[in-house]
Amino acid sequence: MAPGLEHYLILSAVLFSIGLFGTVVKRSAVLILICIEIMLAAVNIALVAFSRFITPVELTGQLFAIFVIVVAAAEVAIGLAIILALYRQRHTIDTKKIDLLKW
Amino acid sequence: MGILSIILFMPVIGALLIVLIPASNVRLTKYTAFVFTLIPLMLSLYLFGSYDRMSGGFQFEEFAQWIPAINANYHIGVDGLSLSLVLLTTLLSFISVLVSWKTSFRPRAFFAWLLLLETSILGVFVSLDLLLFFIFWEIELIPMYFLIALWGSGRREYSAIKYVLYTLFGGAFMLAGILSLYFTAGTFSVVELYQTDFSLLAQALPLAATFFLFFIGFAVKLPVFPFHTWLPDAHTDAPTAASIMLAGSLIKMGGYGMFRICLGLFPDEAQHYAPLILALAVVNIVYGGAITLKQTDIKRLIAYSSVSHMGFVLLGLFALSELSLLGASLQLISHGLITGLLFAVTGILIHNTHERHIKKLGGLARQVPVLTAIFVVGGVGAMAVPGTSGFIAEVTVFLGAFSTSVVSSAPVFTLISLTGILLAAAYILTTLLKVFFGPPKPTFDHVHDVTLMEKIYCGVLVVCIFAIGLYPKLIIDILEPVVASMALLWGG
Amino acid sequence: MSNIPEILIWLIPGLPLVSFGLLLLVVRLFRNRSVWNGYVAIMATAASFCLSIWVLFNIIKSSEILLIPGFDWLTLGNVINVKIGLIVDPLTAIMLVVVTSVSLLVQIYSLGYMHGSKSFNRYYAFISLFTMAMLGLVMADNLLVMFMCWEIVGFCSYQLIGFWFHRQPAARAARKAFFITRIGDFGFLAAIILIFSSTGTLNVMEIHSMAAAGLVSGTIITWATLGIFMGAMGKSSQFPLHTWLPDAMEGPTPVSALIHAATMVAAGVFLVARMYPLFEHSQTTLATVAIIGGITALFAGTIALVMNDIKKVLAYSTISQLGYMMLGLGLGGVAVGIFHLFTHAFFKALLFMGAGSINHSTGTFDMRKMGGLARLMPWTFATFIIGSLSLAGIWPMAGFFSKEEILASAMANQPVLFVLALATAFMTAFYMFRVVFMTFTGRCKSPVKPHESGRIMVIPMVVLAVLAICAGWFNATGGFSGLLVSDKAHGWLYGIFGILSHPLAWISLLVASGGILLAWAMYYKRWISPLKVSSRFWAPYVIFSHKYWIDELYEKYIGQKLLNSGLFNLFNRFDSIVIDGVVNDIANLNLSSGKIIRRVQSGNLQLYALFFLLGVAVISILAMLAR
Repeated sequence: MAPGLEHYLILSAVLFSIGLFGTVVKRSAVLILICIEIMLAAVNIALVAFSRFITPVELTGQLFAIFVIVVAAAEVAIGLAIILALYRQRHTIDTKKIDLLKW
Repeated sequence: MGILSIILFMPVIGALLIVLIPASNVRLTKYTAFVFTLIPLMLSLYLFGSYDRMSGGFQFEEFAQWIPAINANYHIGVDGLSLSLVLLTTLLSFISVLVSWKTSFRPRAFFAWLLLLETSILGVFVSLDLLLFFIFWEIELIPMYFLIALWGSGRREYSAIKYVLYTLFGGAFMLAGILSLYFTAGTFSVVELYQTDFSLLAQALPLAATFFLFFIGFAVKLPVFPFHTWLPDAHTDAPTAASIMLAGSLIKMGGYGMFRICLGLFPDEAQHYAPLILALAVVNIVYGGAITLKQTDIKRLIAYSSVSHMGFVLLGLFALSELSLLGASLQLISHGLITGLLFAVTGILIHNTHERHIKKLGGLARQVPVLTAIFVVGGVGAMAVPGTSGFIAEVTVFLGAFSTSVVSSAPVFTLISLTGILLAAAYILTTLLKVFFGPPKPTFDHVHDVTLMEKIYCGVLVVCIFAIGLYPKLIIDILEPVVASMALLWGG
Repeated sequence: MSNIPEILIWLIPGLPLVSFGLLLLVVRLFRNRSVWNGYVAIMATAASFCLSIWVLFNIIKSSEILLIPGFDWLTLGNVINVKIGLIVDPLTAIMLVVVTSVSLLVQIYSLGYMHGSKSFNRYYAFISLFTMAMLGLVMADNLLVMFMCWEIVGFCSYQLIGFWFHRQPAARAARKAFFITRIGDFGFLAAIILIFSSTGTLNVMEIHSMAAAGLVSGTIITWATLGIFMGAMGKSSQFPLHTWLPDAMEGPTPVSALIHAATMVAAGVFLVARMYPLFEHSQTTLATVAIIGGITALFAGTIALVMNDIKKVLAYSTISQLGYMMLGLGLGGVAVGIFHLFTHAFFKALLFMGAGSINHSTGTFDMRKMGGLARLMPWTFATFIIGSLSLAGIWPMAGFFSKEEILASAMANQPVLFVLALATAFMTAFYMFRVVFMTFTGRCKSPVKPHESGRIMVIPMVVLAVLAICAGWFNATGGFSGLLVSDKAHGWLYGIFGILSHPLAWISLLVASGGILLAWAMYYKRWISPLKVSSRFWAPYVIFSHKYWIDELYEKYIGQKLLNSGLFNLFNRFDSIVIDGVVNDIANLNLSSGKIIRRVQSGNLQLYALFFLLGVAVISILAMLAR
């Protein structure tokens, strides 16, 4: 049985959920960043899968995925830079301790 | 680009230039502000002279498409009333610059805000497009907020934010009113709205509701009881120049708006609700005057007197007769001059004596005779002694409001309002007595009298007050077509 | 009459105005020679005086009314058209002469009295402005213009009462004067707007002709005239708006002579006379005028009996005499009231100048500190006696004739008011000679050596003394009244001497000499001790000397307790507690609710993400369910 659209989507959903779970519960900023990457990867899978199965002629999904990858790369770069700056300032990347943006 | 646009945008160009001047060059900053307020003054004097009094109506109109999608246009023009108010504003702005000549705290920002303020007020008076009108109406908040909050005194942050919140509150009502009109008639143009009969159209909101949306918006600004408490705080804590602009020209936006929109667009509603509004006017006059008597801070006292004086505007407007409308218009202009003078001279007084409590002041007439004389002139105007513009304005309001045939209860309200002149006499005379007369106090022995420049700008206002008071034709000429055509709405 | 060029009539008020402009606006003009300020003002007034005399003679010759239409001033379409025009009728002409002559004499007198004052220019500037406004008031043909002049004279009076503004009582008196007269002006202004709304015009002549044609309803006329009379009550210091005049004596004495004796306070009487054609249509108002006048005359007279300050006596006497004029207007008509105004202006100005002269040499106004001045100040004494006799109404002084007419009209119309008037006449004679005896006879108690005033002060007094004697003879032939109302004339010999054939003349003479005799007995011969009298009649004495507690009632109870700390305070508290309170409470409500809700903002990004997630979940579920 060749894998159909639903399989890809299930994979995407599982990956997304894993990423989301990690984003919400992990305390290390680096891990959260990685989890966000996982979520983006999940979205990419979904995009490519939709594109492949629904509009195979047009490569819109693939194109979008590449966009996402580019943006994700930029985001990682900035995110890591922020984490680095944060660490230099506060000597921790524990998100529980980084809660300055409150009332 | 017509003259009117030049008048309108000259100050803001000046403000931009000032921002570009290096902070160290204070002299250049001041002279830029001087030039860029003087030119609009000269130009508006020119317009005042060349306005065709025979044909009346909106003149010097300029039109350009702005947002075609919603039919909003850059449409400006003036009639007699708005032109007089434009002249008043340019004059007071010019004087405000002179008043602030000694400003030492961040002068660059100060003058930039002051110039922006001038443009925004002028914009309100010249706009013939409601959206444009609204935008200028709201822009004015920003410079005034900073002028009060940064250069003010006392509880300046509180007063500034109170002012902003109140005006935004009123502005929200007004915006709703504008939208209601737009969705009824499909246009923002005042000129087109004048020719529209709303009763034939499907109304977005009942007309009475729209009328009150506008009324509340303007009532906050005028101010009308019970929306008046921002005024004493803002006027008291603002720097002198801002007080002059506030009392002299900014609160006139409320009266102007009522005239232009509440009366012009909703004549039937205005007539129907006139008794209610006249009652508010009487409250303004009597209650405002009574509270003025209780003030202990000289600046606050003058601020509260504005509440009372603006009551006369409201009385004149909603008595809906030609003469009363003329009186209200005259009162707008006259109060601008008189209160402008009073705030200017009080600013000098407080600056020179470092004292603002009436009880601690006293006996200054001997030490600062010229300042006293100027204050007496302002006071005389405020209590409507003949010869000053205040007399012409108030007596015209009384004559017009009492003899109106449109609002049957107006005579009663007019008679009660007459006590306003008694209250005015009481608080002005008491202030003169407590601050200037009586035995001189040695603490003030070395207080400086007014300087030459102060004499000049106060002198300009004094001349204007007496010119209108002695020869009212000067300004009635230009107001006549406006009030005459307005009065036609109620059958003349 | 038409042979008078209009420009010359305009010059009558115009010259003092020019003088005002020169003195006040061109301040530096006579910086080093301040007395020149006085010369300028005097020259202007003198020229006006000559013109006025000339106008009066022309009027007498041709006896027609000259109306100068003037120019548009306040016009709006056909709604209102106020023109500044002039009426020159006999009433105006008489008032012109009174005003300019007294003003001229007072200004000359002031050169001596105010000698050495630093503010000569301010003094003469306001006297000039006052003269101009007063002339404008009597000449104006329009109620609004009259009201303007009316207010300007009030303002000048304010400035001049408070001339020595560094003295607290003077400054307070100035405020009081302006404010109390403003209460009257409230009525005047109300009357003006009432008249305007029912006739559509403010022109005096048009109003009169409309009223005569019966185009104005009686109720409106009654209310309008009552309003006008209220204005007159304020200016002419009639009960119950009389309290400002005695206090106004804080001003320089020449000012009291000019403004608070001869001219401005008489403006109320003039106003009633000017609007008399309207008053005639309302019996209610005329009765009110007469009653208020009668009450004021008696009431002020009683207070004058016990005052110890010479100027206060004169002030209350002025109030009393103004009441007399009102009584005359209410009962006898224009001629009667104005005639007394005419004579009173001269002898009262004279008396004030006398008081000023005394003060100039003794430095006090307190009569208890004077005495024996007759020998030291013979001119002042002589003129003062003449003034007092005239005021007391002794034949053949001016006051006799004018008072006689008022008494006659009172007797003919209202017996009660006649008795009041007669009682007042008695008191007038008594208190004036009380002043004379206390001041000029007996032992000199003044610490400084009094001396006669300079010639510059004596000459105006002498001139006025002559007028105080013979001003009454103007009506000897009935000519004065004839100018104002058509009246049959009679020979002047009959006028002066023939009047003595009436029993009323003897009654009033008897009453007046009774008053003088009583004063003579009490204060010269000391047969009756004033102390004993005051302790015997302690109740009226206390009431009189406390001026019926009216000042206390107004200032302490109505002004202070009822209004200032009562109603106004209530308003003020309402404003700051309720109105502003509500606003601040709304603001605080927002702040405090924000304080609670902001706890949700933990700053933990992951928590936000969780909420976000939950939100998405809820919305998705709802969307599913909705499908």
